[in-house]
Amino acid sequence: MFELFSRFFRREGSSTTAKERLRLVLLSDHLALAPETVEALKNDLIAVISRYVKIDPHLCDVSFEQQAATVAMHANIPILGLLADRAAAEKATIASETTPANSEHVSAQP
Amino acid sequence: MEGLTHVQTVNQDAVVTTDAEQPKGRAIVITSGKGGVGKTTTTANVGAALAARGLSVALVDADVGLRNLDIVLGLESRVRYHLLDVLENKVSLEDALIRDKRSPNMSLLAASQTREKDDVDTEKMRLLVERLRAQFDWVLIDCPAGIEAGFRNAVVGAQSAIIVCTPEVSSVRDSDRVVGLLPRDLEPRLIVNRLRPHLVRRGKMLSVEDVNAILRLPLLGVVADEPEVVVATNRGEPISLDPKSQTGSAYRSIAARLCGEHIPIERPRVSFFARLGTLFGGR
Repeated sequence: MFELFSRFFRREGSSTTAKERLRLVLLSDHLALAPETVEALKNDLIAVISRYVKIDPHLCDVSFEQQAATVAMHANIPILGLLADRAAAEKATIASETTPANSEHVSAQP
Repeated sequence: MEGLTHVQTVNQDAVVTTDAEQPKGRAIVITSGKGGVGKTTTTANVGAALAARGLSVALVDADVGLRNLDIVLGLESRVRYHLLDVLENKVSLEDALIRDKRSPNMSLLAASQTREKDDVDTEKMRLLVERLRAQFDWVLIDCPAGIEAGFRNAVVGAQSAIIVCTPEVSSVRDSDRVVGLLPRDLEPRLIVNRLRPHLVRRGKMLSVEDVNAILRLPLLGVVADEPEVVVATNRGEPISLDPKSQTGSAYRSIAARLCGEHIPIERPRVSFFARLGTLFGGR
C-alpha cells in the first residue's frame, strides 16, 4: 500500500545527482593522482600533432578541468608553422579530420 | 612408542616457528579518510561483538590528540596511562591496558589527549601491535581521520583493513583515496555505515550498491543509521551487546564474518515511521 502510494509521488531522487557528482569527482581525482599517465598522453599528443604541423614540445600544455557536467581535457598546443615536407606528413597515415588550430578542446565525455 | 616420539618432535618444531615468530592474533585497522563517519563506534562495537564470542580483543585508539574510543566504551574515568606512555616505555603495556568490566575479554589502550600525532614513532607502533597480537586474538586499531602521520602510524602494524564509509559523496571519495593509500596486502573490506533504507528506497540516498560500484570492495557489513546507536553512545555502552537491537545484530554478524563465518549481509529494514516520514519528505 505504502509502496503504491509513494510511487505515485515519486520524482527523480537526489541520489542520482550524488552518483553523477561522485563519478566526476573521482574521474578528476584519479587523473590528478596519475601524473605519469597524463605525461604519457601529452607526449603521444605531441607526437601525433608533429606529424602534421610544426610545434615546440616545450610550449605544449595539457590539463584537466572538472566542469558542471563533464571532465574536460584542455590541450594548448601553439603551432609554429607548417611542416617543410608536407608530402611526408601526408604519408604519415591515419585517416583523420584533424584541423590544425591554435588550441584544441577535447571533451573527455564517457 | 616410536611413532609417538616422532610426533612430539614435529610438534616442538611447530611451536618454535609459530609461537615465537608468528603472533597468534590478527590486527585490523579501521579507517575511512573522512572524519565523523563512525570509525570509533565501529571499532567499539565490532570489538565488543568479537569479545562476546569469547575471543580476546585489544582496542587501540590511534587518534593521538583527540581521544574518543574510551568515551564510546564508557571507560573514560579509568584511563590513567595511554599509548605514548607505552611507546616511550614510561609504563608497561599491562599497566596501560584497561580491561572492560562488561566485556572481560576486551581491553583498551587509550590515545594520548595532550600529545600530537607526530609524536608517535612509526616503528615502535609496529612493534607494539606485534606485541598485542602475541597476547590477543584480535587487535582493532581505530585510525584517526586524514591521511597524514596519524594514518600511517595506525596502518603500520595492521594485516587487514576495514573501510567505514557512509552513503555520501564526500565519504565515498575519501574512502576511494584511502584505499589507494593502503598497502595492497591489507585487502580492505567495506562497512557501509549510517544507511537510511527509506531514503535509499525513495532515491534520496546512495545505496550500498552505488557506493560499492565505486569502491569495489568485499562487503563486510551494512549498519543502519538508528537513534539507538546515539543512545548507546550517550551511555557508553556498545549497542552490539544489546541482544534485542537490530543494529547490534549487524555488528555481531560483522564479527562473525571476521571470524570466517559465511552469513549473508542482512539489509536494514524500513520502519513504519520512516516510511510515513518519507511520504511527505522533499527530494
